[in-house]
Amino acid sequence: MISAKSQEQNHLVIASSPHLRSPRTTTAVMGNVLIALLPIVIATAFIYGCRVLLSIAVAAATAILSELLVQKAMKKRQTIQDLSCIVTAIILVLNLPIDFPLWQLIIGTIFAIIVVKAAFGGLGQNFANPAVTTRIVLVSAFASSFAKNTEPLARALLFSNSTPDPGLSASMDSYSSATVLVLLKSGVTPEKLRTLRDLFLGIQKTTAIGETCAIAVILGGLYLLFKKIIKWHIPFSYIGTVAVLSFLFGGFDMQFMLYHLLSGGLLFGAFFMATDYSTSPLTNKGKIIYGISLGILTSIIRFWSNLPEGVSFSILTMNILTPHIDRFTKEKPFGENQQIKDNDRC
Amino acid sequence: MNKSKEVFFQGFIKENPIFRLVLGMCSSLAVSSTMIASLGMGVSVIFVLVLSNIVISSLRKVIPDMVRIPAFITVIAGFVTIVQLLLKAYLLEINNMLGVYLPLIVVNCIILGRAEAFAAKNSVGYAALDGLGMGIGYTIALLSIAFIRELFGFGSLFGFRIIPEEYTILILTLPAGGFLVLGFLMAVWNKLAALQGKPKAELHCQTCPVAGLCGEGLIRLQKTDDVEIKDEYIKSDANIEKPDDSVIYIDGNIKPDTEEETI
Repeated sequence: MISAKSQEQNHLVIASSPHLRSPRTTTAVMGNVLIALLPIVIATAFIYGCRVLLSIAVAAATAILSELLVQKAMKKRQTIQDLSCIVTAIILVLNLPIDFPLWQLIIGTIFAIIVVKAAFGGLGQNFANPAVTTRIVLVSAFASSFAKNTEPLARALLFSNSTPDPGLSASMDSYSSATVLVLLKSGVTPEKLRTLRDLFLGIQKTTAIGETCAIAVILGGLYLLFKKIIKWHIPFSYIGTVAVLSFLFGGFDMQFMLYHLLSGGLLFGAFFMATDYSTSPLTNKGKIIYGISLGILTSIIRFWSNLPEGVSFSILTMNILTPHIDRFTKEKPFGENQQIKDNDRC
Repeated sequence: MNKSKEVFFQGFIKENPIFRLVLGMCSSLAVSSTMIASLGMGVSVIFVLVLSNIVISSLRKVIPDMVRIPAFITVIAGFVTIVQLLLKAYLLEINNMLGVYLPLIVVNCIILGRAEAFAAKNSVGYAALDGLGMGIGYTIALLSIAFIRELFGFGSLFGFRIIPEEYTILILTLPAGGFLVLGFLMAVWNKLAALQGKPKAELHCQTCPVAGLCGEGLIRLQKTDDVEIKDEYIKSDANIEKPDDSVIYIDGNIKPDTEEETI
């Protein structure tokens, strides 16, 4: 694409890539992500009440303000209108428990925007996903706020055919705050848990808000796939690897596998956080390596560590390894002399 | 007089051992979670640094070049043992707080580094001044890390509670929080040094694993490394019109369209 001006003057202009530019703007991409997040927000607002919306409002306002201030202070171009900070804020809120204290949420949002994003050069240059990193920082900063697991509102339980918890009623007290993954870890057989339909509709106890309603997450993820905002490679290889591994190591139990897929942050992480552009590999081959490694890491943490859930840790680990995956899966430019090694060119 | 002033003050900002020279990280991250431990560590380091600088500087013509490092280490270890025994005798609490990091002052890079880089080449007076200045710079750095970590991590300063416990941030008391605070204070010190006319430390694109992949990296590599070559190239090829901006894009845009997606 050579501009009219240089064509007129018969001048050749030499430049490095990118030579082709997509007409899709950052604002449009982020707007589509916001639309994809909408079903999750609506579903969780229905299940937990208005507190979700309050958290999102506080986080979004903090994110916009801190992005504005940090870009002023660093004398960078203002990029608030690209909506990316609002997406970060909403994904962060969906990564936290429902009654997470607001002042801690504000600290977390400021950390996500200023430390994880702006300090590394802003949108597109951050090496780690802001929401995942901030979640891990908040877990180690305010561990007690994560200890309480979120209980769906009573009105959501009306849709459940297993009120309030038949299999567990005998040991209600000891299990009253445990999530499905914690229960599975402590050796409870899947038959004693809530039914899969409950997990699917979102009537489960969870640590984070966003993991509550599996069907809303799947809807949002499919919208992103349909709109070609994300490619299928990462989410499908990630979820597929966890499915295969939990089937193999769960004693070939279909139900055990489905519990591992539908509960916890796997679906939300696979569709919304692992696919972050700047923190995932560029090539399709690299994306599949990334997804499979994510699945293996998540399964290792879930089955053999003393944590019940490992989606955020595996995403952060793989974010750090992404440049190396990129280096090994680099596509050869057409016609390049194969004898010239990588190191000689760089 | 002017030189001694410069020797004394360079350890504060321009060549601050922690923030500018990045020496002695291990012990400084370990002890900087509380103000008292940092102060104890800082004073011990000042003591060892001044005395070992004096002794090494006065022996600099006696010590053969081949065995200078073992000789320096022996001198330093002697003073560290003195500090350790003194602390054990009079300030047992601080000794316990510093734990293994007190004897580890022997292998602290700051002390050996100053012995090697300064004391072995300068007269006794300057070496003592350098040790004092560097030691104070180290203590200032430790105390400023510890101020943030103790105030927000434990909610106290020198053990006195200032922020209620439920509003403290646990991660700052952990090593990860130490790294975070260190990074931010390093940025502040870089800024201060830049104000004093010292160039800021810069990370080049070569250190980045994707330097060959990313367009930004390529442009920056050309800008920093091959400036002369590129200029010559453009001059020799006089037919090519050179736009005002040094970065040229194929579609004729002078400035990158960052509004568009560039994945």
